[in-house]
Amino acid sequence: MTQTTYREAIRQALLDGMQADPSVILMGEEVGLYGGAYGVTKGLIDLFGADRVIDTPISEPAIIGAAIGAAMTGLRPVAELMYVDFAGMAMDQIANQAAKSRYMFGGQIGVPMVLRTQGGTGRSAAAQHSQSLESWMLHVPGLRLVMPGTVNDAYHLLRGAMQQPDPVVVIEHKGLYTLKGDLDTARPDAPWGQPVTRRAGRDLVILTYSRMLHESLATADRLAAAGVEAEVIDLRCLNPLDEAPLVEAVRRTGRAMVVTEAVVTGSVASDIAARLGELCFDWLEEPILRLGGEDIPIPVSPALERGSIPSADLIHDTALWLVTRKAPSWAA
Amino acid sequence: MNAPLHTANTGALSRYRMMRRIRSFEERVGELFLKGGSAGSMLHLSIGEEAVVGLTDAMRDGDSFTTHHRGHGVFLGRGADPNRMMSEIAGKADGYCRGKGGSMHIADRALGHLGANAIVGGGISHVVGAGLTYRNRGTGQISVAFFGDGAMSQGILYESMNMAALWRLPVIFCCINNQYGMGTRVDRSAGNRDFPARAAAFGLAAARADGADVEAVHDAARALVADARQGRPGFLEIDAYRFFGHARMDKSPYRTPEEEAEGRQRDPVAEARARLLAEGQAPEGDLARIDAEAGAEMDAALSHALGAATPALTTMFEDVYAPGTPAPRPQARRLAAVLAEEIRA
Repeated sequence: MTQTTYREAIRQALLDGMQADPSVILMGEEVGLYGGAYGVTKGLIDLFGADRVIDTPISEPAIIGAAIGAAMTGLRPVAELMYVDFAGMAMDQIANQAAKSRYMFGGQIGVPMVLRTQGGTGRSAAAQHSQSLESWMLHVPGLRLVMPGTVNDAYHLLRGAMQQPDPVVVIEHKGLYTLKGDLDTARPDAPWGQPVTRRAGRDLVILTYSRMLHESLATADRLAAAGVEAEVIDLRCLNPLDEAPLVEAVRRTGRAMVVTEAVVTGSVASDIAARLGELCFDWLEEPILRLGGEDIPIPVSPALERGSIPSADLIHDTALWLVTRKAPSWAA
Repeated sequence: MNAPLHTANTGALSRYRMMRRIRSFEERVGELFLKGGSAGSMLHLSIGEEAVVGLTDAMRDGDSFTTHHRGHGVFLGRGADPNRMMSEIAGKADGYCRGKGGSMHIADRALGHLGANAIVGGGISHVVGAGLTYRNRGTGQISVAFFGDGAMSQGILYESMNMAALWRLPVIFCCINNQYGMGTRVDRSAGNRDFPARAAAFGLAAARADGADVEAVHDAARALVADARQGRPGFLEIDAYRFFGHARMDKSPYRTPEEEAEGRQRDPVAEARARLLAEGQAPEGDLARIDAEAGAEMDAALSHALGAATPALTTMFEDVYAPGTPAPRPQARRLAAVLAEEIRA
């Protein structure tokens, strides 16, 4: 067990994965000499050489496409899409090619690749560099999707992704790279594909992932001071999604909210709420709430950017309202 | 039917036989469609483009390739089993892809077919990745992307050619120019129709060959293949003519009967046959026998596909993800879980 950062944990996962399996290659814009736009792949080109850490031209479709071809023929590429927003350039290769090859070809040709990317707000990077586009990936059968929120998960979800037989999209959060925490490379918090209960509670369940995990845990602490015990579940793996523990928790508490950064309409939060609403209908005291980003592009001004995603107060007040039925001042 | 031919089986003769088989296959697959036996509503025939055999015949076992939506001929050229192809196109269980891919998504790992693609240009970049694998492992294999002139307008082609040149990959980009992207003739889609010049600008070895002359294609292809194996990627344009419409039901309102008649004069199968006769490489009797054998083989493939079993409905949930990993849940099971719990509660 060591104290390290989210960024360093990802780098360690890449390093360990490359040492364990000589077929692993990294490819993407600036992953080599530059060391990655957020410094994640720093120094790996020195360790593994330019044939395994491949700086690419700025060609998102062909980066993903080349990773697909390499995966089809025996390598295990980890392709980096510098910002998840750039998926707009590469969506054909992601959704029509990587995701569907195994199926279209009757199971003959798998695409064991990892697409590493990062999203989210927090750096005033504006509308084309700050989105949370996980619902695009979740909507495509054939893609696995994980979103680490902790240092230990940053390592283990990526290591696990590098051993999956199918394409896995790993969406990191740009606001978490400097997060400090414990890393135990021998011990994941839970098996790959399962959620983790980060805090137990009897009054309501907060379902979340990625950076909103931390806002949710902070909220739970504030709620505890007011005598309300919130359970916080880190979904971490959105596909596959292990539904059973979520259903158990929601039925037990009768109250639930899904908290994410992504715009609410058409979101992962909407889908989770709908699934659990179906399966927990008779156990629910209140509707399952969705808290997400406002349905707007991300603005650049720090104040506007912060305002576009759920604030700590909004999460707190909403949770309290859900449990106590006392409306907060902003609801008037 | 399998008796040896009287003449020596020269390269040119075997290429003729393959072109004849492709022509017959495409004619039968057209019949399959008209009989209502084709699984897809889309069927794209490669009649007129058979000279691609000049390149498929220059490749060797272990080489891989991707194709576009008009790739039946390429796949046959690389050794496809017509029965399994016809079955796949008919959506049958014993097809190459268990009836899930059809004409536009046929593939076969064993023969190096990394997949036909229904997105124009969609499979081109995959050969770049295959080339990376072969380069990194020093295997001596090459990978070839086959696509049409329509893909000459897709950006990913240029990204891919740049990467191939930059990384000195053992790959070839083969544009089968049949003059039409759906209904748009190439002079209505390309400001400059010198396609090899585009490839040369990226640093590729680039050539154009007459699509009516399979031996010319073969000569150009052999040189490019030899270069590619040395890490010098190439580009080949096969200048051909699409004899029929874009898809089977297309009546080609965008072109004149006169143009079609003239285009169909450039028939690679007929030209190869005439040359074999004229040069004394094969007597008429042998060629007639090749023609008859190809027809009989593809008649049998058509019968096979029509008689093959339909896939079981439960197989539709297979192959989304690898075996042994969580599979998609059928909707009926989810609905039953919801309502059963409701009623119990």
